[in-house]
Amino acid sequence: MAKSKEIRTKISSIKSTQKITRAMEMVAASKMRKAQERMRKSRPYAEKMRQIIGHLAQAHPEYKHPYLVGRPVQRIGLIVISSDRGLCGGLNTGLFRTTLAAMKRWRNSKIEMNLCTIGSKSSMFFRRFGANMVAQKDHLGDAPTLIDLIGPVKVMLDAYNEGQIDQLYVIFNRFINTMSQSPQIQQLLPVVADEEDALLTHHWDYIYEPEAQAVLDGLLMRYIESLVYQALVENVACEQAARMVAMKSASDNAGSLIEELQLAYNKARQAAITQELSEIVSGAAAV
Amino acid sequence: MAMTIHVDIVSAESQIFSGLAEMVVAPAVNGDVGILPRHAPLLTPLRAGAVKIQLSSDHEELFYVSGGMLEVQPHLVTILSDTALRAHDLDEEAALEAKQRAEKLLQDRKTAFDYAKAQAELAEAVAQLRAIARLRKIRK
Repeated sequence: MAKSKEIRTKISSIKSTQKITRAMEMVAASKMRKAQERMRKSRPYAEKMRQIIGHLAQAHPEYKHPYLVGRPVQRIGLIVISSDRGLCGGLNTGLFRTTLAAMKRWRNSKIEMNLCTIGSKSSMFFRRFGANMVAQKDHLGDAPTLIDLIGPVKVMLDAYNEGQIDQLYVIFNRFINTMSQSPQIQQLLPVVADEEDALLTHHWDYIYEPEAQAVLDGLLMRYIESLVYQALVENVACEQAARMVAMKSASDNAGSLIEELQLAYNKARQAAITQELSEIVSGAAAV
Repeated sequence: MAMTIHVDIVSAESQIFSGLAEMVVAPAVNGDVGILPRHAPLLTPLRAGAVKIQLSSDHEELFYVSGGMLEVQPHLVTILSDTALRAHDLDEEAALEAKQRAEKLLQDRKTAFDYAKAQAELAEAVAQLRAIARLRKIRK
């Protein structure tokens, strides 16, 4: 009977694992819904800003803000956004692969890189391999706020203002749907002009208080921050979606394992009974 | 009915208010401004303070903003609200903290980014993921 007892313990341990993974799956599902809601809420702000910036750029062709003008590229800044925790399938791995491929391309064309990592997974990854990290932030939780991003984004913007970097990119996972997320590299600086803004041809201008340049400065800084914030929120939604899927398949796997073990357990039990019976019968025959 | 103007208050994290109003009073950097319908286009930063939205003659709502931007077009007022108090030295402090965290992490840093090693590790992780996916298929 020793074997069947062993199997029984195994089954109960797998059952408790399954309970955990199932709970994690449900938690991730509800967190994902909340993250998607936050994603939706953050959109109007950035859209409005893009409109105003597009208009400003058009109304003031004589004043070129450095954020709107490209320059020869020698060194670039990368903001890499990852999750803080694991158990979310291949989400971070996929992101790092895309990042690494891009970094290799840049290096081959003799472009240096400054990294800003957000999320402890990317901090750990790039630290291990000795990347040039200039800013770092992690443990932003499931509901990140813009306040957390002011510091790291400012480091990169300052570097751009001082001419240390000539371009700025953000790398994050784009949320396509629950089943699929894809790593994305988005250019932040110089600001890429929207095509549709060019359609605004009639001439009118704002009254600026105090003056246009100061207004534009404040606006562009907030615009970049809001883009990074959006990327971060989107990445959180991806994390939860990926975790939900990973935990679902873990629960399913546990289920099929339990089935197999149950079968083995039944067989072992039957074999034991048969053996006992034959022992009794042969014992009776001997008497 | 009195003339109205559409007002949106948005922050990077959420939409705070959206609707029609008769008048908006906002704390601009150079002093409070009152906006009525068909105001000339205006763009100005805001300081921390209360935004008053006059919905009708006897009904008004107050919102607190900690700074931001005010955009006015003849039939549209948009307030891009900050979610935090912004001050130069506060921002500076946050930036310094982010820098220090990176420096702390890099104390035992090697000379150059080790592409080969990083790729090898990623390849391993990807292989594991593939194996899991294949295993799942076989099981089914």
